[in-house]
Amino acid sequence: SSDDIMSTKFILKMAAVQGGMVDEKEEVDIKTEPQSDGLMNTNATDGRQLSPSPSSSSSAGSSKSAAGAPEDQQTLLAVLQFLRKNKLTESVEILRREAGLPEDALDTKGADCSAPSSGGTAGGVDGLDAGSLLSRVAVSSSAGTPAPTKVADDQPDVSVVLSAYSQQGDPALYKVYYSDLKKFIESVLDCHRAELSQVFYPLFVHMYLELVYNNHESEAKAFFEKFSGDQECYYEDDLRVLSSLTKKEHMRGNETLLDFRTSKFVLRISRDSYQLLKRHLQERQNNQIWNIIQEHLYIDIFDGMPRSKSQIDAMSGSLAGEAKREANKAKVYYGLLKEPEIEVPLDDEDEEAENEEGKPKKKKPKKDSMGSKSKKQDPNAPLQNRIPLPELKDSDKLDKIMYMKESTKRIRLGRENLPSICFYTFLNAYQGLTAVDFTDDSSLIAGGFADSTVRVWSVTPKKLRKVKSAADLNLIDKESDDVLERIMDEKTASESKILYGHSGPVYGISFSPDRNYLLSCSEDGTVRLWSLLTFTCLVGYKGHNYPVWDTQFSPYGYYFVSGGHDRVARLWATDHYQPLRIFAGHLADVTCTRFHPNSNYVVTGSSDRTIRLWDVLTGNCVRIFTGHKGPIHTLAFSPNGKFLASGATDGRVLLWDIGHGLMVSELKGHTDTVYALRFSRDGELLASGSMDNTVRLWDAAKAFDDLETDDFTAATGHIHLQDNSQELLLGTYMSKSTPVVHLHFTRRNLLLAAGSYAA
Amino acid sequence: MAEERRQKQCSVTLPTESMKAMAESVGVGQLQEESCVALSEEVSYRIKEIAQDALKFMHHGKRRKLTTSDIDNALKLKNVEPLYGFQSQEFIPFRFASGGGRELHFYEEKEVDLSDIINTPLPRVPLDVSLKAHWLSIEGVQPSIPENPPPATKEQQKTESTEPLKVVKPGQEEEGAIQGKGQGATAPDGKGKEKGSIRLKPRSTHELSVEQQLYYKEITEACVGSCEAKRAEALQSIATDPGLYQMLPRFSTFISEGVRVNVVQNNLALLIYLMRMVKALMDNPTLYLEKYLHELIPAVVTCIVSKQLCLRPDVDNHWALRDFAARLMAQCCKTFSTTTNNIQINTFFFFFRLSSWLDEKTQWTARYGCIAGLAELGPDVIKTLILPRLTVEGSRIKAVMEGSVVSNIDKIGAEHVQSLLLKHCASVIAKIRPQPDTVEQYRTDYGYLGPMLCSHVIKARTQAALQAQQVNRTTLTITQPRPTLSVSQSGLSGSGGPRTPSIIKVPSSLTLMSPRPGTPSQPSPPATKYIVMATSAGTASTQQVITLSSSQSASPVTSTVPSATSTLQPLVKVESGSGPGLAASRPLQKYIVVSLPPSASSSLEPKSSVLSTSVSSTPLDPGIKLERSESPGVSTQSPH
Repeated sequence: SSDDIMSTKFILKMAAVQGGMVDEKEEVDIKTEPQSDGLMNTNATDGRQLSPSPSSSSSAGSSKSAAGAPEDQQTLLAVLQFLRKNKLTESVEILRREAGLPEDALDTKGADCSAPSSGGTAGGVDGLDAGSLLSRVAVSSSAGTPAPTKVADDQPDVSVVLSAYSQQGDPALYKVYYSDLKKFIESVLDCHRAELSQVFYPLFVHMYLELVYNNHESEAKAFFEKFSGDQECYYEDDLRVLSSLTKKEHMRGNETLLDFRTSKFVLRISRDSYQLLKRHLQERQNNQIWNIIQEHLYIDIFDGMPRSKSQIDAMSGSLAGEAKREANKAKVYYGLLKEPEIEVPLDDEDEEAENEEGKPKKKKPKKDSMGSKSKKQDPNAPLQNRIPLPELKDSDKLDKIMYMKESTKRIRLGRENLPSICFYTFLNAYQGLTAVDFTDDSSLIAGGFADSTVRVWSVTPKKLRKVKSAADLNLIDKESDDVLERIMDEKTASESKILYGHSGPVYGISFSPDRNYLLSCSEDGTVRLWSLLTFTCLVGYKGHNYPVWDTQFSPYGYYFVSGGHDRVARLWATDHYQPLRIFAGHLADVTCTRFHPNSNYVVTGSSDRTIRLWDVLTGNCVRIFTGHKGPIHTLAFSPNGKFLASGATDGRVLLWDIGHGLMVSELKGHTDTVYALRFSRDGELLASGSMDNTVRLWDAAKAFDDLETDDFTAATGHIHLQDNSQELLLGTYMSKSTPVVHLHFTRRNLLLAAGSYAA
Repeated sequence: MAEERRQKQCSVTLPTESMKAMAESVGVGQLQEESCVALSEEVSYRIKEIAQDALKFMHHGKRRKLTTSDIDNALKLKNVEPLYGFQSQEFIPFRFASGGGRELHFYEEKEVDLSDIINTPLPRVPLDVSLKAHWLSIEGVQPSIPENPPPATKEQQKTESTEPLKVVKPGQEEEGAIQGKGQGATAPDGKGKEKGSIRLKPRSTHELSVEQQLYYKEITEACVGSCEAKRAEALQSIATDPGLYQMLPRFSTFISEGVRVNVVQNNLALLIYLMRMVKALMDNPTLYLEKYLHELIPAVVTCIVSKQLCLRPDVDNHWALRDFAARLMAQCCKTFSTTTNNIQINTFFFFFRLSSWLDEKTQWTARYGCIAGLAELGPDVIKTLILPRLTVEGSRIKAVMEGSVVSNIDKIGAEHVQSLLLKHCASVIAKIRPQPDTVEQYRTDYGYLGPMLCSHVIKARTQAALQAQQVNRTTLTITQPRPTLSVSQSGLSGSGGPRTPSIIKVPSSLTLMSPRPGTPSQPSPPATKYIVMATSAGTASTQQVITLSSSQSASPVTSTVPSATSTLQPLVKVESGSGPGLAASRPLQKYIVVSLPPSASSSLEPKSSVLSTSVSSTPLDPGIKLERSESPGVSTQSPH
């Protein structure tokens, strides 16, 4: 079957990568393969789906506007002009053909210019342009435009974006308008007040920016001073950015501003409240505000009871308002994939142990059924081959067997059974530890450091050894049973190895599931793949031109995801030097990236204070979670794939139900950024580690059990959160002066924590 | 909803003067005011932008401190060349200077002599990163091992001792959760009762683990043992170890019992050791001592006022112990006195009543302790309690000193009381009494002690004046010294050879360089320390501490310490260049002799103590070479 072919291909590729050379011919071969499998996204109707090459990505984005907005040929021309200016001749051709424009529609005199410029910059510039145009023609209400804006300031495109601000009323009256609205909202019935108060912040920002844009600096300042104090405290960071922006020139190339422009601020308001607001504004002839609401805000109107203040507070806080309800409606296959059936050979030692207990036979079949039957029935699981996965190697099977054996010895955790915590402290790191990862079997620890190094430690007595040199490898007997032992060079055995290669702080690190590879991403904009057999760098994946904040291997290996300052997350395969998917949509840095346990989804957290779940197959954003009040720094899936936990700089941990797209619980307790989250192996407990030097344990099972999902909440997404953090908190463990950077549950449910001692 | 903070956020920009100063520094003379305003707004905006990006790097670097590399990375994001050569330091000392109507904050960068760097031995290579594992928790219980933080913080110790049955309400469970769940053997059963809102306070265990018992044994033995190095280590441990909370009752009992026994046996050495333990306990920032003061204070007070503390009162220096304990008592009052326990007031009344009971029959030792204890409580106490008694005390001293039939012990005691009174009263009188100081006036006011007091007060006054002058221009004197007191050589040496400036003696009665109360463990007269600061054009200032022991045979120990000029106040400066021609021909080499401000007590005699210890210097050598000429004057300097 084609699956088999795929798998063999993977193995071939892996071997090739391991050898450090990627055959170009094979490269092409592989590249086309997944396309026929439906992995490549050919569906160009969504602007967020981007295929590997940046040039075609832009065409996808703009052809959308062509299809969606036939009314504006000018826009198309502008896009073409832009593309031509940036020498993206192929894209020009494609777009022109797709739009059905005649060749002379565009003065194509530079069409035969040099080849497309390098991927990253071009993509970035594209994104900006596409963003500006999208916002101008107001086709898309989707929040998605990749918009790194550190492009040259002299671009006219920015002024296109800003031009929407040119209409203006009397600047002196802005205060009157605003306070008039304020008075009105304060006077409405309590049940509407909380809802209508939501409009304060976006209105405030837009009015301020309008004043600034039209060079009314003193009025802008006065306006800011008068009303900035009224805004919710969690917008403080954005307000700080805003306050420094007092001149029209500053607006160029300012990301915050562009975010506000390119994405409509989303508000959820009940129909009654909305009518109230509309009537008031029309009565008072308050056109200034009405215009802003119509042009820059997206009001998601729902029927039913207005929400309470606490309900609104729980969901708000993100850079661009709440998620639209339909954004979370897509079906997510959150179930786990069926585990491959592996015959577990009877182990002597194991058998003895079970014989003592006197029920060896009972357990055996049970184990098998757990592995296969239950998963088969899971209606929420994606098809086994929805995403092509690498075939299991013999060593993987051995590892799976080990895993099963270990899991029989696993301690059942719960309220009464708290785990032991072993803390690995990095000494003498001089505040330079930036990332940590453990292998799944907890035998290796890797640390990324600010001095660009990656260090790997073995925490078992087994030392780290390199493979012998090629000349020495020729000498060994390849037929012998212990050939895998023989290829290792005993002379190189040591407890730790240092990997040099990056040229900036290493911010993310991830072991491959088979422990043969290590990924690291760095400030230098690259993701590197290291071999843990040779302890050398195999590939440097370039694509993010700005710092890469996080990277992670898929639980099945082969794929990995990375996210960085360029506001996109990229999905890669180890044997492709270009990304397979670009997940664009976040309005600020992608700060952390995680794979779903079934490898079909990727979740990203961002400093725009939203969490997005992406479908690996289609590249679509299928969930947007808002509610955090600070940049998100860590994410964790529950082992059953149903839930997600997220931690942010606000010190709170939020739990999410992926299937329903709901916030489940809010865990308050940490006093500083939460940098590490991990569910126990059975999903009973959640461990969180923070900058405040504590590890906290939470009763995740209880949090999920308490969840009441009736049809209404599922339909509207309006949840009532109980404030039960204290009930759910099972333990707080203070370290002396060591911020917790990483957490990991061993296969037997021992909790490992890591951090560097800050003297 | 309304947040009242964040008021001033909008209008923070750099002052236009800064723009002007920067423009001048790059050679742009006349910058127009408008351009300044425009520039400062633009620059402020860009700086804020970069700072925001830099914060991002700090967060991802998982740090709390912003470093210069974060700023560099933020600049790189903006495609700006990063600033090279800046490194993060823990502390960047900005200095302030004013003059010509301008005020400047600047970072003083010292010039570094490359040859110095080449010649110094290489510093130790920083330690490599290493991994260390420990148990943060074992089945939900945090073990109390050195790697984990002490089980109870000072606040918790306090609440435990003051509010033993505090009800932990659900709202404020934060702290209780740490206590109840995080650690302690009570965790499992605590959980069962959690449902009720009242949780019993976890019983504080008074049983020590085996390790703690061993530790206690080691520490107490070292503290009273014979090995001084071990003792220092043990005291250091007591003063810094965060986990002593459990052992505090033991230590407290050990000290109080020890004092009781050793006072009876007149074992001076042991008493001194025990007082040092008290000091160490008080220095430990993690201990909540309040609960044990009822044991410690009597012990300390015993060491102040007890009639006899040693076997041979005529020879042994038990006075030092009294001084030390009195200072401890004063420190104790300062730290622990609250409105509820009234330690300060109680101490005060104790000494006061004691001193009012003092009569002819009282031993001089107790009298000394009593006065010392009072005097350490501060100038106000001296003013109200000691000064009125000066006449009475003076007459008693007179009786002893001039009487013929007294024992040697009484005489020594009287001498000590006299010097103690003079020492403490002079500075107070100098502050409250208007000038002029006439011997007759003093005699009528203070009786026998009057004349001596008078001279001490005069000395104190001159000194205070000197200090005041020096304080005002500390920053400037270093770069452009204007010595306030030039001590000229009595004999003019040849103009060709370098001048030999003198060194001025500082009193040896107090330990220099150490802010702690002097440790009275050394029976021999303490070594004298001279601190010589030299400045010359183009070289960094260095300080040399010369320790001269009073015995003639010892050679001076010279050590160069890194300049910490802010803590030292130059008292006297000696300029070595005399003729203008000479000064012009070569860089000026100056020596500033300083002493620590608090030690500048009555015994310093700036004018009269010019010594013949000469310092010769080679002008070309930036460092100072000191040669002590063998002059007899050195050994005669002891003020006692």
